[in-house]
Amino acid sequence: MKLHRRIDRRRFIAGAAGGTSALLLGGCHRVLDSAESLTRRVQEAVAPRSAVSREYTEADLSPHFKSNGTHDPANPEYQALARDGFKDWRLALGGLVDRPMQLSLAEIRAMPSVTQITRQDCVEGWSCIGKWTGVPLGALLAPLGVQPKARYVMFYCFDTVEGASEPYYESIDIAEAAHPQTILAYAMNDRTLPIPYGAPLRLRLGNQLGYKMAKYLRGIELVESFSLIRGGSGGFYEDNGYEWYAGI
Amino acid sequence: MIYRHSLPVRVAHWVNVLCLVILFTSGLGIFNAWPALYRGIRTNFDQPLLAMYATPGADGQPQGVTEVFGHRFDTTGWLGLSSAKNGAPVVRGFPRWTTLPRSLDLAHSRRWHFFFAWVFVINGAAYALYALIGGHLWRNLLPSRQQLGGIAQTVWNHLRLRFPTGDAARHYNVLQKFSYLVVVFGLGPLIVATGLAMSPWIDAAYPLLLDVFGGRQSARTIHFVAAFAFLAFLLVHVAMVVLSGLWNNLRAMITGWYRLE
Repeated sequence: MKLHRRIDRRRFIAGAAGGTSALLLGGCHRVLDSAESLTRRVQEAVAPRSAVSREYTEADLSPHFKSNGTHDPANPEYQALARDGFKDWRLALGGLVDRPMQLSLAEIRAMPSVTQITRQDCVEGWSCIGKWTGVPLGALLAPLGVQPKARYVMFYCFDTVEGASEPYYESIDIAEAAHPQTILAYAMNDRTLPIPYGAPLRLRLGNQLGYKMAKYLRGIELVESFSLIRGGSGGFYEDNGYEWYAGI
Repeated sequence: MIYRHSLPVRVAHWVNVLCLVILFTSGLGIFNAWPALYRGIRTNFDQPLLAMYATPGADGQPQGVTEVFGHRFDTTGWLGLSSAKNGAPVVRGFPRWTTLPRSLDLAHSRRWHFFFAWVFVINGAAYALYALIGGHLWRNLLPSRQQLGGIAQTVWNHLRLRFPTGDAARHYNVLQKFSYLVVVFGLGPLIVATGLAMSPWIDAAYPLLLDVFGGRQSARTIHFVAAFAFLAFLLVHVAMVVLSGLWNNLRAMITGWYRLE
């Protein structure tokens, strides 16, 4: 009995210490996380949202562009679409818009396109330069009639990162959606977008890190807030501790 | 006793100590996410300047390798391959006792790094303003003509571990002044600028940063080298503090009061 009590007390002290340090760490993380909004605000103040990132030349293209995240989605629905060359693939556009739409790859390819040679910086530290052809997101969204209260654009994907329980997703704000280097790319280095790089359609951004640039797109939704979507942080990596603002 | 360090200098000093420790260790944690360095505008994966990785050794056991300018070194246990929490060998650049957090956790290393980068920048800017406007720079940091004339003698004295005493110890000596000037107005701004050059957003608005450092991957390499220059400064600085009177120096940096011998 006596022994029991001692063990209990010891356990209690250990538990209390653990709880306190978890609380401290929790508070600590909230403090640390506050740097994200400071960084975003200051970067917005000193660097306009409309700033266009440097465009490179053919000579600068990476001989080997690293494919990151998922290289070939295991999703059977995706596999079936890929077998047919994405003939039956449709991009669903909806949410806070007046005219929701479904677009085929052929319809997207028929729209006025842009080609940009830009650098992609991975959060891990490496950079690759690729040539991307696609449709500016702003042009794609215009015919939908985006409602004034829409603040974010959500991107839903076919792929599920190894070990994750739900498919990849991402979000950007309305200002980023209107940026001239925010494009939905269907070609890379003058070839149809290969599967490791996000076929048939992927997001490309000029001023953000690679994890924001969702691959294997299946749907786009305009929302007022993403706090009730999945983990509530606006993206797969964001739900796992990474910053929503990926400008650095 | 003389009053040697003003309050702003003492506060800036200790805030900086905290920042440097956290920035360095969380920086190594970030580096570990891709433990290699390159030159230029993009990553040439097969031409790293520095790379840490693991490879099967002659005995079939994994071996930690550090490659510097194409030369390979076995760094098992230190770089490329070291022990995980449970003691098992794990592939990682720098070992767990050097990184913040200790596990391979890029997301949290970044959170620590960017928060303390702000503290470092604000603290550094306040100190620089104090130095420039408050007169600290002219009063204490810029070497006098007399000091510049005696530079050879000062070097010789330092090599023999003979440090200034009496009146000569009222001020920083000429070597101290040079190293503080280089760190405060050279290394500090350099590490901040190379850090910003890694931001795609800042690059878009200030492409000059890319040109100055020769591209984002070069900027990342310079950032890494600058971090180790800070470490080298810190090691020499602490060694000098210990050799020239640990308690007297520590008291002076805490209370401001320094005892002349």
